[in-house]
Amino acid sequence: MKREDNKERVIHISALVFDVSRLTSHVSRSARSALARARDSDLLYSFRRSPITVIAALLVVVCVGGALLAPWIAPHDPFDLASLDLLDAFMRPAWLAGGKATYLLGTDNQGRDVLSAIVYGARISLAVGIAAVALAMVLGVTLGLVSGYVGGRLDALIMRIADVQLSFPAILIALLINGIVRVAWPNAMLGNIALLVLIFAIGISGWVQYARTVRGSTLVEKNKEYVQAARVIGRHPAAIMLRHLLPNVMGPVLVIATLHIATAIITEATLSFLGVGMPPTTPSLGTLIRVGNDFLFSGEWWIALFPGIALLTLVLSVNILGDWLRDALNPKLR
Amino acid sequence: MSELLTVSNLKVAFPMRRGTLTALDDISFSIAPGEVLGVVGESGAGKSLTGAAIIGLLEPPGRIAAGQILLEGERIDHLPPEALRRIRGRRIGAIFQDPLTSLNPLYTIGRQITETILAHLPVSPREARDRAISLLTEVGIPAPEARLDHYPHQFSGGMRQRVVIALALCAQPRLVIADEPTTALDVSIQAQIIALLKRLAAEHGVAVMLITHDMGVIAETAHRVAVMYAGRIVEIGQVRDVLQTPRHPYTVGLMRSIPRVGATGRRLAQIDGAMPRLNAIPGGCAFHPRCPQRFERCNRERPQLIATEDRLAACWLYDHAASG
Amino acid sequence: MQPLGEASRPLVALHGVARYFDVSRPWLNRVVERVPRQLLKAVDDVSFEIRCGETLALVGESGCGKSTVARLIVGLYRATRGHIEFNGEKQRPNASIWSAEVQRRMQMIFQDPYASLNPRWRVADIVAEPMRAHRSGARPAQIRDRSAALLTQVGLSADDGRKYPHEFSGGQRQRISIARALSSEPQFLACDEPTSALDVSVQAQILNLMKELQERLGLTYLFISHNLAVVSQVATRVGVMYMGRLVELADATTLFSHPRHPYTRMLLDAIPDLEMSGRPRTPVAGEVANPLDPPPGCAFHPRCPYANARCRIEIPVLKAYDGRTLAACHAVEERRLRG
Repeated sequence: MKREDNKERVIHISALVFDVSRLTSHVSRSARSALARARDSDLLYSFRRSPITVIAALLVVVCVGGALLAPWIAPHDPFDLASLDLLDAFMRPAWLAGGKATYLLGTDNQGRDVLSAIVYGARISLAVGIAAVALAMVLGVTLGLVSGYVGGRLDALIMRIADVQLSFPAILIALLINGIVRVAWPNAMLGNIALLVLIFAIGISGWVQYARTVRGSTLVEKNKEYVQAARVIGRHPAAIMLRHLLPNVMGPVLVIATLHIATAIITEATLSFLGVGMPPTTPSLGTLIRVGNDFLFSGEWWIALFPGIALLTLVLSVNILGDWLRDALNPKLR
Repeated sequence: MSELLTVSNLKVAFPMRRGTLTALDDISFSIAPGEVLGVVGESGAGKSLTGAAIIGLLEPPGRIAAGQILLEGERIDHLPPEALRRIRGRRIGAIFQDPLTSLNPLYTIGRQITETILAHLPVSPREARDRAISLLTEVGIPAPEARLDHYPHQFSGGMRQRVVIALALCAQPRLVIADEPTTALDVSIQAQIIALLKRLAAEHGVAVMLITHDMGVIAETAHRVAVMYAGRIVEIGQVRDVLQTPRHPYTVGLMRSIPRVGATGRRLAQIDGAMPRLNAIPGGCAFHPRCPQRFERCNRERPQLIATEDRLAACWLYDHAASG
Repeated sequence: MQPLGEASRPLVALHGVARYFDVSRPWLNRVVERVPRQLLKAVDDVSFEIRCGETLALVGESGCGKSTVARLIVGLYRATRGHIEFNGEKQRPNASIWSAEVQRRMQMIFQDPYASLNPRWRVADIVAEPMRAHRSGARPAQIRDRSAALLTQVGLSADDGRKYPHEFSGGQRQRISIARALSSEPQFLACDEPTSALDVSVQAQILNLMKELQERLGLTYLFISHNLAVVSQVATRVGVMYMGRLVELADATTLFSHPRHPYTRMLLDAIPDLEMSGRPRTPVAGEVANPLDPPPGCAFHPRCPYANARCRIEIPVLKAYDGRTLAACHAVEERRLRG
């Protein structure tokens, strides 16, 4: 009898793998038709009606585009230490007296062009933000699905861990993880993996909100008849979670993720500002602000201000976009 | 005897992004005091909307686009919200389908009833409480003095619906609109509630507009019945006449597709197709694509309610005035 | 237990099946408030058989346990006591209650047409899911073709496979559910109030469709409903349940013409009289008791006009009358009932 059970398990698992590959092709197919449906949908209609959201979306597109195209649009390469000229340090912005046209927003204490540093820094900020959110989302959604569907002791365990983690501020958790890694790894390697450490720390500190939301939605959906129908058909629980429940609980997750990107960018900026994030050799927007902070009162205000404005614009736009998405997807407000 | 409620050429429209949807198209009927008018139809026919329009609870963007509603001779269809609020409860009572959501779970039922009485009638709180107790006795709730202080969740489904009926009647309205009052109840409780409604209507002399999809409930409770289809009334007459000898082909099909006890094994007669969606109502008679007796005129012209023998039916089959 | 003289082999057999739900308050609350554990006996000691090719209907009001019985049979719940056999094969003790082979042969149709289809899946995929789940060795093209054929079989068009469930009406969705249920070529279909959420004219279409499919494909139905008129239209045998127990089981014609149990009589009397014949009816009394705290003895005794002292202490068991009808009632046994 055991052999029969094993055989069934193999069948189930290979079925699951087959399902995943079918899922990806299914997703691309539905994405194409989704585009067609989206054009005519109520979502686009409400989007067009809110001018602030349109502006915010444009700004996000500009920021993301700038970040992606950084090597081509930045006038200088701020990370190439060889090209920096200390004589160019503390240059004022181009429209003020004493400024050079090549350094549009001035230079910092090492002669780095502030504009280029902002473009590259935004790139790092966005990369960390999006990657950390992706990590948190995958971890949180998986744990939430399992917790909600399986229930019982596993659910209690996961939710207690979540409760414990929630009693600490996210920054503190990120600091904690950062600190542990710094102790564990030799200092020389730190510069290279600082990015990964940041992503890991911010991601781990943020999974709880996804897990809780998804668990709540899973608890509701799991009692609906289509899930029961799948169980009667004999689907494996993993298949039910992945193919039936996941598409139906993802709605609120996307909204949380959008808003979380803004928070993640700010968290990264905070950590960098505190000195435990990106090193000054490969600065993010937070690091730039930190660097500029030292010179704020000695008169070189542009080193901190322009990165600050860039950070503000980016985070605000993402937030506004997230707000619109939440309201637009909320059926009760429509 | 003048009619208590007269609805004339009522039209309810929903202006949407893609055009205006006409949900109710030229509805006319009346209810006399003490009479129970059943409004029956399938989902999407517009019967709940009719009730909502009369009581002034149309969900925006829905609005009354044409026609008028007269309650005891006065127009109530375009009153300002404040005036409508005074009418609701005092002159029109409402009973909705789900007793669980009709009552506020946070207040005792005694408080809900006395509050309603005090809001509409010039009586003292003591008197309001006495009235509440006598109402609860009338609707058949045992030990009413004690139960006044109970919360809705402490009542069973059937008892809750009785409380809702008491609530609808407590301000002594002239008209009660009951929207699917028994659908959420078990069949044995349903029978009790139907009997109660009928008795109370007769005793208090209120007119009742009973909205339901269940012909059996109509047969037991109503005096007259209006059959609705796709936002229009297709037949209206005495219950016995319409149910035993339906004239409009839709009513005929409907009565034949209702399963009856004892007809074991035979295939049910069915009406092919489905009720059209609001944005796809056929021209001419709305029922003609599904009608086994349609002819050329049905496609072109929309029939008005035509008097035929003992009732009104919106069907060209009964237009004996025209030739052919 | 089963009336003698029936040649058909039972497809589904229930023996002393019970299902209890633990609805106790959390442990801490119980300790502090000193309340005992609470068990909801949704189904208690139910035994019957369903024969190949027949339609067995289970009727009763809310809370009587008929839906739970259906779910016990298809393996959504595990029985707390007793056992269920399908084609002679018993349920298994491990996680999957039925073997894959048996699971393939039973399907279920649910009450709510709006919740029984996954709103994010296309109809063709919904219908094809049982086929894909059971790895019948068919190629994708074959599965697609069969999915389209099933849709036409239930009265929709093959093109409807590309649409999503929200584009269909309640009746059409129920047809899609039926198509899905048929796709793994089952023998047995448990139908939990399949037409209760549908309009009367749509209900007629769906009932006719189900009957046609049964004749064509040789299906066996378990039909759950609270509507006796619908049941009289479709059932070969009818079982009446009250508060988790089976109180009467008889052929459809016999049950509707000569009901034995007082509850069955009450249910039949409560059906609204469409013919308006003005026939005399027993006034209906009381409401269904709290299932957490059922009356002792026969659960129906507080509402029964024939209850005596024995009914208040002893739970009646199903006994056969006239070799065909089973009824669980002391008054019937003691011949105290008139008619």
